[in-house]
This record gives sequence, C-alpha cells and structure tokens, in this order.
Amino acid sequence: MNALELTLLRIGFLAVLWLFVIAAVGVIRTDIFGPRRKRARSTRQQVSGLPAAAMAMAKPKPSARQKQPRSSRTVPHMLLVTAGALAGTSLGLTDEQITIGRANDATLVLSDDYASTRHARLFPQDGQWLVEDLGSTNGTYLDRQKVTEPTPVPVGVPIRIGKTVLELRR
Amino acid sequence: MTAAPYADQPVPMPRGRRSTELLMLVFALAVVLFAYGAASLGLSGKMPSGPLVYIAIFGVLMLAAHVAVRRYAPYADPLLLPLAALLNGLGIVMIYRLQESGRNGNPGNQVAGLAASATKTQLLWTGVGVLALVLVLVLISQARVLQRYTYTLGALGLVLLAIPAVLPTSHSTVNGAKVWIIFGGLSIEPGEFARLALAVFFAGYLVAKRDALALAGRRVLGIDLPRARDMGPVLLAWVASLLILVFETDIGTSALFFGLFIAMLYIATQRVSWLLIGIALFLFGTFITANLFSHVMERFTVWLHPFSGSNPTGIAYQPVQGLEGMAFGGLFGTGLGHGQPYFTPLVQSDFIFTAFGEELGLVGVMALLLIFGLLVQRGLRAAIAVNDPFAKLLVGGLSFVLALQVFVIVGGVSGLIPLTGVTTPFLSQGGSSLVASWILIGLLVRVSDSARKPAPQPIQDEGMTQVVRAG
Repeated sequence: MNALELTLLRIGFLAVLWLFVIAAVGVIRTDIFGPRRKRARSTRQQVSGLPAAAMAMAKPKPSARQKQPRSSRTVPHMLLVTAGALAGTSLGLTDEQITIGRANDATLVLSDDYASTRHARLFPQDGQWLVEDLGSTNGTYLDRQKVTEPTPVPVGVPIRIGKTVLELRR
Repeated sequence: MTAAPYADQPVPMPRGRRSTELLMLVFALAVVLFAYGAASLGLSGKMPSGPLVYIAIFGVLMLAAHVAVRRYAPYADPLLLPLAALLNGLGIVMIYRLQESGRNGNPGNQVAGLAASATKTQLLWTGVGVLALVLVLVLISQARVLQRYTYTLGALGLVLLAIPAVLPTSHSTVNGAKVWIIFGGLSIEPGEFARLALAVFFAGYLVAKRDALALAGRRVLGIDLPRARDMGPVLLAWVASLLILVFETDIGTSALFFGLFIAMLYIATQRVSWLLIGIALFLFGTFITANLFSHVMERFTVWLHPFSGSNPTGIAYQPVQGLEGMAFGGLFGTGLGHGQPYFTPLVQSDFIFTAFGEELGLVGVMALLLIFGLLVQRGLRAAIAVNDPFAKLLVGGLSFVLALQVFVIVGGVSGLIPLTGVTTPFLSQGGSSLVASWILIGLLVRVSDSARKPAPQPIQDEGMTQVVRAG
C-alpha cells in the first residue's frame, strides 16, 4: 500500500465516522421537527388563523397528545406555584382544564384563606391557556390586572389568587 | 358538534421509527466493518481473511437486539441502540487490533495482559450484554416495576460494593484496585452492577422523600439550605463512598457513586444547595484522604507533575505513555493499525481512549465523544419526556452517571483531572462493564419507549365501533 492509499483510508474512515454522527443528529432533528413534507401538510390542515411565522415554527410532535401544532419555545408545559403555602408544587399541563380553589374536587386545591371554593380556572383554547375568574370573592389577578373575562396567560406572567402566585412554565 | 375536530381528522399515529433504527444500525455496522478492514490493512497490509466472522457475529447480535426492541419496546428512541452498537463495535475492533499487535507476524509488541483470544472473549461478553438487554426489556415492562425493589436493590448494591473489600487480596485485587471478585478464571467487577442497583435505590428513595428534601429548610445568602436532619442520607452516601475509597483503593468508583447520588438529589429537588453541599463534601473528603493515604496523594502528584524528575519512567509512566500516544496521533491520527498504542500499559482497558486518540486523532476521538454525548442526550431527553417521576429520576441519574464516567476516564487519561481507573463504557475490554452498559441501555430503551408511547385513545372514540348495521 502506498502513502496516498493510506491517507485516503485514514481520512475516509474519519469522514464515515463523522457522517454517522451527522446522520444521528439528523435523526434527532426529524424527531423534534418531523419530516419536512409531512410538516407542511399537517400545518395547513390544522392551523389556518396563525401568522406565517408561527406556522413556520409549528411542529406536529409525533408523540405528543397536543392537537395544535405549537412551538416548543412558547408552549407552557407546566403550572408552577411560585408563592404561597403550595410554593414549589407543579402541575403538568394536558388538554384538560385546571380548576383552582379550596374545593376538594379542584385540580389544584388551595388551603389559602383568601381563595374562594371555586376561585378560577385555566383552560386551553386555540393553542393558548386562558384564565377565567369563577366569581371569586377576592378576585384573580393576571400580573397586576384584575381578570374580568377569560384572558390569555403568557408564559412566566404571575397569576395571583389570594396569597398564592401561579405561573405557566415551559 | 364539538367532537368534530377529533372525528373527521385522524390523529397522526406516532411513528415508532424502528426502520430508522435499523437503518442507523446497519450504518453503524458498516462503520465497524470499515474500521475492522482498515485496522487489518494497517497491521498486515492485507485485507482481513479469516476472522471476518467476528464482525459477522457482532452484526447478528446487534440485529437480534434490534428485533427485541422492535418486539418489546416499539416506540423506543431510534438512536440508543445504533449509538451503543457503534461504540461496542469500535471497542471490539480496537481490542482486535491490540491483540494482533506482535502476534501472527504483525509488527509491534504484544500488549501485556491481553490474551490472544481477547476479541473472542469481548464478543462473548457482548453476547451476554445483548442477552441482558433483552432480559431487561422482557422482564421490566415498565420502569416502575423496579420501584417495588427499591430497598432490596439498595441493599444488593451496597453488598456488591462491599464484597471486594472483605475478600482476600488474591480474590479481589488486580493492579492495586481491590474492586474485583475473582474465582477460577472468571473475574467480575461488582461495582459496575452496584451502580445500577444503587441508581434504582436512589430513585425510589428520592421519589418518596423529595418534598422534605426540597421544601424544608432556611434560606441563607440566596441559597436554600436543607434541614440538618435531612442531611443524614447525604452524609451516609458520602461516608460510604469514602469507605470504598479507603478499603478498595478505587477513586473512580467512589467518585461515580457519590456523583450519581448528588446528581439525582439535584434532579429530584431542583435545589442548587445540594450541588454545592455535594461538591464541598467531595472536595473535603478528597483533601482528607489525599493527606491520609499515599496512593491518593500519588494520583495528584502524577496529575500535576507527570513530566518532572523520574516520574515519566516511574509513577507517571502509564499516563505519560498515553499522552505521548495521543500527541503522536495529532489531528488526524496515524490510521488504525499504524500507531504504537502497545507502549501504554493497560491500553486495552483504562487507557483504550488514548489508543483511539493515537490512531484516529483528535478528529476521531471528538466524534467518539459526540457519540457518547448523543447517547447521554437521548437518555436525558427520555427522562424529560416520561411522566412517571421514578423513571424520570432513574434515567436522569443513569444518563448523568454515563456522562460522568466518560468524563472521569477521558479527563483522567488526557490530564484534565487526576487519573482514576474506571472503564470507558462500551469501549474498554472487560465483561462487567460491557454487560452493565448494555443493561443501562436496556433501561434507557424501556423508559424512552414509555415516554414516546402514544396516549391511550380517549373513550369517546369507541363510539365509532358501535355502528349498528341494519339490513
């Protein structure tokens, strides 16, 4: 074997090894964003009102239960209690609404003297989470604004219920 | 009709992606075959003739593993198996190359302590490893099955760790590390399996106790300090890891064991204070033992002054040979079969990474490190995606300890941190490490399958089947 063949073999093997790494990363990429062709079709089917930028970001995640294609960067995945007696508690977000209050059948049962029995609810709609006050005595506040009608909740904005503060987290 | 969006639009079936896995597996096998051919050509200048059967057997084993995953974990991550297969295959190729060095008319010296049948043995252990993977998939249908055996496995793990310490030296010590069980021709390193058992124990324990560990305590200087009484288990883990260090003279196992516990504690509680406490305890423990025990101090001397005085021919001979090998390899390596890795003692086990560094160069070992990184990333990804908190903790901890193990040994041989003898997962010669690594992959495959499995169809969809056809 001459030196040229040797070098070709040596570099060739490294190239193949790196090709494997790149292929593996490609598999991860498809796993996250889905194959390109399918993505375009399903996006058209499912969302029609979203702006083009949001559509480009949209991804039908194969394993997720979500019906709406949404960007993983803006979609909240859990509800976190940041202050109050339950601070540190988190709830995973599904398609179900989350009821909050002192009632035993609430999704998040508060032991907060300033909360009502059925205080508020959080529910998903059109890829967003909305908060609605259920006629509580002391009111529900989104950031500093009193919630009077179902209001979209951005990620990371505090919802105040009595002494408890909740936040949507990614 | 409110149910319309659900009814008229079929929910896209999540793909199991088993064909992607098969494709990547075949790719991995092709890379291994290429490596084998290149090594053979590099050694003797001839294409391999006889022992191509090694690669054939390896391929059959990996395809068997693929069939098992297809059957028992259809939604598993498609990359776990191919990545592990590639690492295992490259390890076998390197062991074959080291075994042939100085034998059968090939150039170079024989590697001390490497039998002429080392490749066969490694292949045999690969078979056992794949069998272990299949058994994990068959027996453990869900990770939470293991939760029942939290304390049993915890006790088993501690016993496994302790056995070498109490065995007589002739049955437990190889190259100064008292971490083996040796009977007859069979030597087992129980620490490799103890790590898995203890990971299950930590996961089960922390799932039960996380609230007390996370929420109770005071806030000092912006850090949430835990209560003194919650420190008990942490101190226990610390003392146990120090005992391993002292009685088994094995820094690597001790560091991995303690690192695993601290990482899982952090994952469970999300409190930075545990990390700080853990690192402080570890540094304190290392400082004490380094001053009390000469063999620990020696590691630091070798790390800080490998080239000074008589060290390169004395206590630092092995790491210096490893470093020179990697320097010799440079950016692109000498090519498989063209280097001289046989100068480094124990190049087949602890120092196999330097052999890759010499023959594949920086470019090659970076690819290897990336493959390890992807494996860890897939594991952590499964941990994030899975719902069951026990599985989450278990897989998070196992992925972390895999990363830590690679860091400890690669950092050690490259002189970044003091050298401690742990095996390089999948690459090193040695059955225990290989089988334990395959069990780990089995657990990752199992949990990633649970994480990616589609949710059961909602009940209302069953209305479709109740159509009554009259006439």
